[in-house]
Amino acid sequence: MQQNKNTDFETRSLDAMCINESHLQHKWYHNIKYLIVGVLFGIVFVKSEVVSWFRIQEMFRLQSFHMYGIIGSAIAIGIISVWLIKKFNIKTIYGETIEFHPKTFNRGQIFGGLIFGMGWAITGACPGPLFAQIGTGATVTAVTLLSAIAGTWVYGLLRERLH
Amino acid sequence: MDVALLYHSEIDHINMVEFLKQPWPWYVAGPLIGLTVPALLILGNKSFGISSSLRHICASCIPANIPFFKYDWKKEAWNLFFVFGILLGGAIAMGLLSNPNPMEVNTKLATELAGYGITNYDNLIPADVMSWPSLFTFRGFILIVIGGFLVGFGTRYAGGCTSGHAIMGLSNLQWPSLVATICFMIGGFAMANLILPHILSL
Repeated sequence: MQQNKNTDFETRSLDAMCINESHLQHKWYHNIKYLIVGVLFGIVFVKSEVVSWFRIQEMFRLQSFHMYGIIGSAIAIGIISVWLIKKFNIKTIYGETIEFHPKTFNRGQIFGGLIFGMGWAITGACPGPLFAQIGTGATVTAVTLLSAIAGTWVYGLLRERLH
Repeated sequence: MDVALLYHSEIDHINMVEFLKQPWPWYVAGPLIGLTVPALLILGNKSFGISSSLRHICASCIPANIPFFKYDWKKEAWNLFFVFGILLGGAIAMGLLSNPNPMEVNTKLATELAGYGITNYDNLIPADVMSWPSLFTFRGFILIVIGGFLVGFGTRYAGGCTSGHAIMGLSNLQWPSLVATICFMIGGFAMANLILPHILSL
């Protein structure tokens, strides 16, 4: 029951990559800007066919460079961006210092990684593309998404025994 | 002359839309996806990651007194706005910029898939095996329900997905994210080449 002693931020950050580092409190409509980034991101996802089951099958059979080019160039731009942010101490639009938290290793990255990889090859989608696919009218993907939510819930239930 | 200019700009406009309707190449899409990392950091100190949205949905709807879901999910509401935006973006891309031609895939893959009865390339998912009617077949159930479960369980166990580990984690040079990314690929290769052919043959 050690988790009950954690602060809320610590609980939210458990095994999480997506963390809200901001300590500022904003009204809800400040979140609209993330909606807009999401819309642009979703358009790129669909138009580049990253959300295509067929492109994922090609990737895992080494039959196309497309997905490797996308993930590789995205990482390259990400590395340069993070380096520039650290080097020039770039602040957020609210003037906050941008924070990075190191990731600690645990066996979840191996076992969970293998499990997710298998799911990725079956569904042809990681979590982001699931949302985009539903938007394109592939409504049956809503079942895949509900199932993924169920998988996350079962992980939360078994977490103490898995780590 | 004005008429000629107007005519010319209209042609340009049509060409631009036609250009956007084509599938976008990797060297356009990849850098745009990479720019999401600094965009979210600069807009409000947010680390790029998508699978966490599934956890926030659990925390907001079915926390069931599980410690992992007992936190103030409203502080992470930005992530839910972000993924809802992705859904809207998918709808916009399909509504305004949809490619009228079926997807072109590697001929070896097309031959393999034809063997399982997958010949429809009109959608982003294979309609022959992933659709509402096929959901109630054994094969469709595995692809949709079991597959989805593995994605949700695996990403949370690993602490992130392609966005959180492969893109955000590697951008910040985190070696645990490299381990996770390598394991994603091993799991995917094993499934696609060794196990999925048996599932699709069902």
